[in-house]
Amino acid sequence: MKSKFTLLTLSVHALLMAIVLAWTIPTFGLFVSSFREPAQLAASGWWTSMSTQTRAEMRRTGGVQSVVPDGDQFAIAGRLFPESSGLVIERFSTKSSSPDEFAVGATITLGDGQVFDDEDGQSDGTLLVNADGTYKLTLTHTYEEERGMRVFFIGQVPPSFSTDNYAKVMAAEGVEQAFLNTFKVTIPATFIPILVAAFAAYAFSWMNFPGRKVLFIAVVGLLVVPLQMTLIPLLRMYNDVGAMLGVPSKTYVGIWLAHSAFGLPLAIYLLRNYMASLPRDIIESARIDGATHFQIFTRIVLPLSIPALASFAIFQFLWVWNDLLVGLVFLGKDPDQIILTSKLRELLGSRGDSWEILTASAFVSIAVPLAVFFSLQRFFVRGLLSGSVK
Amino acid sequence: MIDQIIQTVGIVIAGVAVCIAYFAGSNWLLDKTLAIPFAPHVKRERWRSAARPWLFLAPALLLLGVYLVYPVVETARLSFYDTNAENFVGLANYSFIVMDGNFLTTIRNNLLWLIVVPTMATAGGLVVAVLADRVWWGNIAKTFVFMPMAISFVGASVIWKFVYDYRGPDSEQIGLLNAIVTSFGMDPQAWITIGFWNNFFLMVILIWIETGFAMVILSAALRGVPQDTIEAARIDGATELQIFFKILIPQVLSTLVVVWTTITIKVLKVFDIVLAMTNGQWDTGVLANLMYDWMFRGGGDYGISSALAMVLMLAVIPVMAFNIRRFRAEEAQR
Repeated sequence: MKSKFTLLTLSVHALLMAIVLAWTIPTFGLFVSSFREPAQLAASGWWTSMSTQTRAEMRRTGGVQSVVPDGDQFAIAGRLFPESSGLVIERFSTKSSSPDEFAVGATITLGDGQVFDDEDGQSDGTLLVNADGTYKLTLTHTYEEERGMRVFFIGQVPPSFSTDNYAKVMAAEGVEQAFLNTFKVTIPATFIPILVAAFAAYAFSWMNFPGRKVLFIAVVGLLVVPLQMTLIPLLRMYNDVGAMLGVPSKTYVGIWLAHSAFGLPLAIYLLRNYMASLPRDIIESARIDGATHFQIFTRIVLPLSIPALASFAIFQFLWVWNDLLVGLVFLGKDPDQIILTSKLRELLGSRGDSWEILTASAFVSIAVPLAVFFSLQRFFVRGLLSGSVK
Repeated sequence: MIDQIIQTVGIVIAGVAVCIAYFAGSNWLLDKTLAIPFAPHVKRERWRSAARPWLFLAPALLLLGVYLVYPVVETARLSFYDTNAENFVGLANYSFIVMDGNFLTTIRNNLLWLIVVPTMATAGGLVVAVLADRVWWGNIAKTFVFMPMAISFVGASVIWKFVYDYRGPDSEQIGLLNAIVTSFGMDPQAWITIGFWNNFFLMVILIWIETGFAMVILSAALRGVPQDTIEAARIDGATELQIFFKILIPQVLSTLVVVWTTITIKVLKVFDIVLAMTNGQWDTGVLANLMYDWMFRGGGDYGISSALAMVLMLAVIPVMAFNIRRFRAEEAQR
């Protein structure tokens, strides 16, 4: 009986561990990959990147600007890779088909016509490659090409991580601008609905007016309306309004209002449920003391509702930050308007094979929501529990 | 960059200030205007308290009206009109989409998504919730399973596209799935191009995201199950599996239904994942993507794309009715 129990416990641990790993490894792989060199990223799985790997690589010697006269011949000398990269060459050659042809440290003779086009019956020169990547190429004629000669080698490649990919996507791919644009969309689109919904929720919880119940049921119904239902009329309306006022139809103000409105049903629903559960005595005694609804709202109900406000704020922040559809429809794709998700989707299309760009860009876009999630998880969970409908 | 940040902060402050100015200002105005003694005191008070709720509600109702209620009605109308919303065409848009091969594929895909994703995510969430309650590191485990909830659909698509990455059989695989497959001696596959089955590889992404949601809600519900019902079953000699199926499940059934319907709604609206992963190629299109295509394809066809949106809306209506009924039942208990 006892042993059966431990076996059960053990399998519970194992099963849960397997699920947790399956859930985290894909993200972890993306994270690790975003710090790898593009060449390595394209050549090997990220799971090999933590340890020194023996693999085939290709580097180039210096080109025309590195040529120096060497007696009656010409020489190019230098390093195939910077000393700091820690690579150790084991075997090398000048042919991609057999990078393991010669032992490192050997001086090999280059074939006739291998470097220069004219075949004069003599070798074109010699090449010496050392384990640390220093080389000396001695040639019979002067070398005139911009790009150097290709050297293939088998070497030990130590783990190598850098933030180069991030620097590249931030500046060259316009991800930095998209990052700022996303903030510009998200922050007002989080604040506006909170304020608007808080007043409405107070009215629904503590004020008497005809149609209170019907209106609130309408809000509950609106919770599940697909965004797709609203896009065409809104697009037409924005175009009309833009043409009428002579302003562009795709503006930040436009998307703030759209996001605010789309977030309102959930905000009103969450806040109303929370406010209605506040003790009746507090509000009624304040009424008797002569406080107006406005005073009760700002001095009593609003401060007491901070947890619910925080829950919704996190929801709305994550929802707006992660949204793609609304951004595609209500904002342009120019650098000054494109948001991160839209940018990422564009990169998926245009740079689909450049994983160093995709991984780094994706991580830029998910870093902020992840930070919000890990620091404010408690509020997020509370919000989910009180409004699991959206 | 700095001036951009300042500009954004300035806009936020201005926006919030406008909102506050409206609420405070309108209230002040209400107090002032009706304070002019043109009516007896009691009557004035009654007017004020009749008007004040609408001041509180006005911005919300305005936004909801313009951005949700009006568009829903207008989309319904447009679905009976032609490309540019000029001529009434009756049911022509609907009969067109029903005859369209693309539409039938997307309906098949949508049904697949609707069956597989809510079921798998709810079941997965339940399993994790039950398991995590039994180990000391349960909370850490839950955090990690919950984490994908914070990741955008596009971000998740990049993560999984990397997992599914395909290289020719002769080169080293950099995608995790193909690396595993080849390590068992099988041929690597271009997963997202395999007709029919590729749908499931896309569904994995949404299941991966939604399991955490199901887990959080169900975990709270399981905690609400009275401990003595479990103890009693255990004393009567029930096995762990029997306790799970006969004691726990029936007591969280209503929560399971809520979780299931909530995920169903999200599945109906799924758009980003398909757009980012395949853009509907290789027969992976779903309704929301088809609708988006028709909205912009060749200058846009408002009629057909509205009709497609209406199909989505019709699918949502049962859930809407269910939510309203549930809400009214809860209110009756208050």
